[in-house]
Amino acid sequence: MSWITRLIEGPKKILSSRQAEMPEGIWIKCKGCGETIYNKEMQRHHMVCPKCGAHARISTKERARFLFDKNHWQEMDTELHSGDPLNFRDQKRYRDRLKEADKKSGTGDAVRNYVGAIHGLEVSSSMFEFSYMGGSMGSVVGEKIVRAMERAIDRHCPFLLVTASGGARMQEGMFSLMQMAKTSATVNRLRESGIPFVCLLTDPTMGGVSASVAWLGDVILAEPGALIGFAGPRVIQETVGETLPEGFQRSEFLLEHGLIDAIVDRREQRDYLHELLGKLNQKPYRH
Amino acid sequence: MATYLEFERPIAELTSKIQDLSEMGEDSGINIAEEIERLREKRDKLVKKIYREATRAQICQLCRHPDRPYFLDYVPLLFESFQELHGDRAFADDAAIVGGLASFHGRAVVIVGHQKGRDTKEKLKRNFGMPRPEGYRKALRLFKLAERFEMPVLTFIDTAGAWPGIDAEERGQSEAIARNLMELANLRVPVICTVIGEGGSGGALAIGVGDRLYMQQFTTYSVISPEGCAAILWRDRKHAEEAAEALKPTARDLLEFGLIDGIIPEPDEGAHRDLAGAAREIDRVLTSALDELLQLPADTLLSQRHDRLRQVGVYEKS
Ligand SMILES: [Zn+2]
Repeated sequence: MSWITRLIEGPKKILSSRQAEMPEGIWIKCKGCGETIYNKEMQRHHMVCPKCGAHARISTKERARFLFDKNHWQEMDTELHSGDPLNFRDQKRYRDRLKEADKKSGTGDAVRNYVGAIHGLEVSSSMFEFSYMGGSMGSVVGEKIVRAMERAIDRHCPFLLVTASGGARMQEGMFSLMQMAKTSATVNRLRESGIPFVCLLTDPTMGGVSASVAWLGDVILAEPGALIGFAGPRVIQETVGETLPEGFQRSEFLLEHGLIDAIVDRREQRDYLHELLGKLNQKPYRH
Repeated sequence: MATYLEFERPIAELTSKIQDLSEMGEDSGINIAEEIERLREKRDKLVKKIYREATRAQICQLCRHPDRPYFLDYVPLLFESFQELHGDRAFADDAAIVGGLASFHGRAVVIVGHQKGRDTKEKLKRNFGMPRPEGYRKALRLFKLAERFEMPVLTFIDTAGAWPGIDAEERGQSEAIARNLMELANLRVPVICTVIGEGGSGGALAIGVGDRLYMQQFTTYSVISPEGCAAILWRDRKHAEEAAEALKPTARDLLEFGLIDGIIPEPDEGAHRDLAGAAREIDRVLTSALDELLQLPADTLLSQRHDRLRQVGVYEKS
């Protein structure tokens, strides 16, 4: 989690999710090739650079908009809000951090649940909002994911999880760690019910989210160039004291090491998921 | 040689004073028994006071005390005929996690625990008790063995966390931990987890999902170490004491939150000064928990375990 905070707030500020979500300028600088690109052009490509294909971070809302059929998606479980079970306070109070995060991203918490259709196929989905406290998993995130899984079981539709998270929400202490167990345990329910569960890992997916529900999908996909792993690169570097290999913990590295099923370009995800879920749903040998 | 932490110093001083006096008494023939008795009483009171009033930051030190018993120190005191089983059948045997078959008051059990090292050589061999994916996969193999042969599982948690290394990432540290969480939640035999030292985040949880979760009195279980938390939220590891207070990671905190089933008391001076006393208390708690769980049919056991996990979390509705 440490590196992620540095990544958001640190000096080497790259294209942050906020900039990606609400591009203010007419032009945008691609973090992949460094080219200056017309903002509208980037948005038309779902924030994928048309020159080099680099995937900038996007909000859940933007993703829902391009993934689901027009006017066929709806946000669910918006009534859930974080408590403050530890009465946590560092230099700031947790409650104040929550308010700030809400003001900044306006998403309620770090996960948004949707029911939507992909080319007519209904899907229950949880999507992480990285701009909300680094997509960190606290009680609300855990509860929302479980509810979206239960909804998939109730509606007999697939469950799609899109991750983008620095890990556990440490301001909720052990309650946040236990969300790893809670979400992972519910995957058993999906499996018992024969509900397909597809994970799409996006930049970045680390720590407690990576080491729980994100890696339990029946099929695990990733966006190109996403940083995905258990420990943050800086923590690893500090621990082992050697330079990390080129491309370490990127999607392509994971694919090479046999840890994920496939890398899917954002511009192809809608069609890809439709085909994939169609096959997983068909069950030609059902008895 | 016993190691004393800064806040344990007054105990060390009194202890050596008593020692000196006893030796002097023997040499000089003077009767100083009364004085020694007085100091002993004083020492007993001091011991009780220091540990009873230990702050969260001090308990964070106690749970990693260099003299604290490790899993393998308890094994011969808690179990008969331990047979260690090695390896994940795929890559390697990770010595940071030890597991195997044992007998607990005549009952066959599978035991799995983190193992730190005592001296430098063993510390390196055990990787300071920080498991790699193959360690978690070995643990899973043993959990499934227990399920197949209808044996309860007892796990013992004591790790700073899962190993943050290049090799661990290459072999799927995340996948290994995630899979254990899922499989443990569905294991059709009783699982009892006990924190005997440091409960370090996901690396601890990966052998920590079960029907009962106990913590010894001077242990912690936390989503992140106080040092790590301080480095992020205070941008300085020196604020670890404040972070320890904020994280509320002690056994007492987690019992209050309803996240654990009980605190296993330690002897007055802590497990690190009285291994046998500490083992007796663990034995007592595990015995009664096991008696209870062995009565439950697997379906009941599983639905209770699922309910426990399903309801964990604190949030508000609007
Ligand atoms: Zn580019």
